This record gives sequence, structure tokens and C-alpha cells, in this order.
Amino acid sequence: MPDSPAVAPQFASVSHRDETAELGMWVFIATEVLLFGGLLLSYFVYRHAYPQGFATGGRHTEIVIGTANTAILLTSSFLVAWAVEIFAAETRRLTAGLLAAAICLGLAFIVLKGIEYHGEYEEHLVPGIDFRFTGDLANGVQLFFIFYFIATAIHALHMIIGIGLLAVLALLCRGAPSTRHRAALHSAALYWHFVDIVWIFLFALIYLPGRSTS
Amino acid sequence: MTQRRPSLPLVAAWLGLLGLLALTVTMAYVPLGAANAVVALSIGITKAALVAAIFMELRHRDALALLFAGAGLFWLGILLWLGLMDFLTRT
Repeated sequence: MPDSPAVAPQFASVSHRDETAELGMWVFIATEVLLFGGLLLSYFVYRHAYPQGFATGGRHTEIVIGTANTAILLTSSFLVAWAVEIFAAETRRLTAGLLAAAICLGLAFIVLKGIEYHGEYEEHLVPGIDFRFTGDLANGVQLFFIFYFIATAIHALHMIIGIGLLAVLALLCRGAPSTRHRAALHSAALYWHFVDIVWIFLFALIYLPGRSTS
Repeated sequence: MTQRRPSLPLVAAWLGLLGLLALTVTMAYVPLGAANAVVALSIGITKAALVAAIFMELRHRDALALLFAGAGLFWLGILLWLGLMDFLTRT
């Protein structure tokens, strides 16, 4: 695999450069963990204060779309991990194809999320715009949906950035892949898997509460 | 020969993740009271660990990379632990 230009002067070797990039990516992911961590903290505080409202809110989300989107994201992560694993000059078309498939799944996720948002708007469940849930639990349900919209919107923003990253790498890999591209693909893959992990927890906290009670 | 197919651990992790997803959705409908939330979060942590270990390749990484990857969890732990202590213990 061609490796041009030579590594920057601060690195002793190609592997030194790539290991540094990976550690840097993990530092960035740590800051992202804390961004979502603040949201998680507020979720647990208000779920503790309004357990019934959060259970009712959870029951009003679309479990079918949520489950489908989880399966879609897990599969797209699998495709990206596959692309990283086989990355080589001889497999560049397949690598680009796998990334394109992962991008399509990411777009499907965004479309389903949009359908879900539209459904919640029709049901008057959007705090600040059109929220008409009444009864004793209205406050708790409203707090649940505030968390729902902020957390899923920030997650969707991460998805859109991830789709853009994967698209750039798919194009680069189709050309003449170098070890620089492998390192870049590896970093983008870490980001994509992290966004997948965030969704795993959002799914458990948003879609699953309150399903076993009526 | 150039590798084209995904490795076995990768496929196993993917199928395992989909299996855990089916399990967590099924368990959400079984009335367990407060244990429902514990089951949902435990399965979530298991899925995240699978993604981190296999998709993110942490199982092949040295102690330094694990330290960097664990740093985020360490600070998240402090955030949730100190942040929630007051709310969970107040009567």
C-alpha cells in the first residue's frame, strides 16, 4: 500500500502516527460521553422524581420504529467494522460498497426518526410547540418528551455528521487507499460505533419503560 | 490471499447484538416491577460492551488504549454518582 507523504516529524513511524490518532479519537469520545452524560443525569433525576410520568411517556413512543432503528444501527456498525477489517488496496471497491451500505442504513434511520417525530407532532406530544397531554401525569410526561426530543435530536445530529464522514471515506477508499486512509477510516469507525452505543442506551431509556404496565 | 469476508467474531457479535435486542424488547413486556429497568440497562451495558470490545477492537488493544477509552467512563461514573447521590438518598 503506498504511503505518501512520509509521516510528520513528530512521529517515529506510521504505526506511531496511527496509534496517536486512535488515542486522540478516544479523548474526543470521552468528551462526547460527558455531553450525553449530562443528558443521562437529567433523565435519571427526573425519572426518579416522576416514575409514573416517565413510564407513561415511554409507552407513548413508537416501539416498532425504535426497535427497527436499533437493528438498523447495529447492522450499519457491523458493516463499518467489516470495512475496517478488510481494508486493503485490492478490496477497495468492496470497502467503499460496505461504507455505502452503512450510509444507506444511516439515512434509513434518519427517515424513520422523521416519521416518528411527525407521528408525535400529530399526537400533540411536542413540548414547547404543541403539547396537549392532560391529567395528573402531564408534568412528568412533558419532562420525558423534552428529554426525548433533545437527546434524539442531538443523536440524529451525530448520525448526520457520521454519515458525512463515512461518505468522504468511501470516496477516498475508492481512489488509491493509503495507510493514512486506513487510520482515518479507523477513527471514523470509532465515532460511528460510539454513536451506535449512545443509541443502545437511548433505546433502553426511551422506548422500554412502562411497557409491562397498562 | 486478501480477506473479503467478515471474521467470525464480527458476525457472531452482530448476531449476538440482534439477539440481545430481541431479548430486551421481549423482557420489557414481562411485568417485573422495578427489575424491568435493571434488566433493560443490564442488557444495554452488555450490548455496549460487545460493540466496544469487538467492533471498536478494544479486545486487541494495549493497556494505554484501554486507559484512554476508559477515561470517558471514569468521568461519566463520577458525574452520575455525585450528581445522583443527593436525589437518590433524600427522603
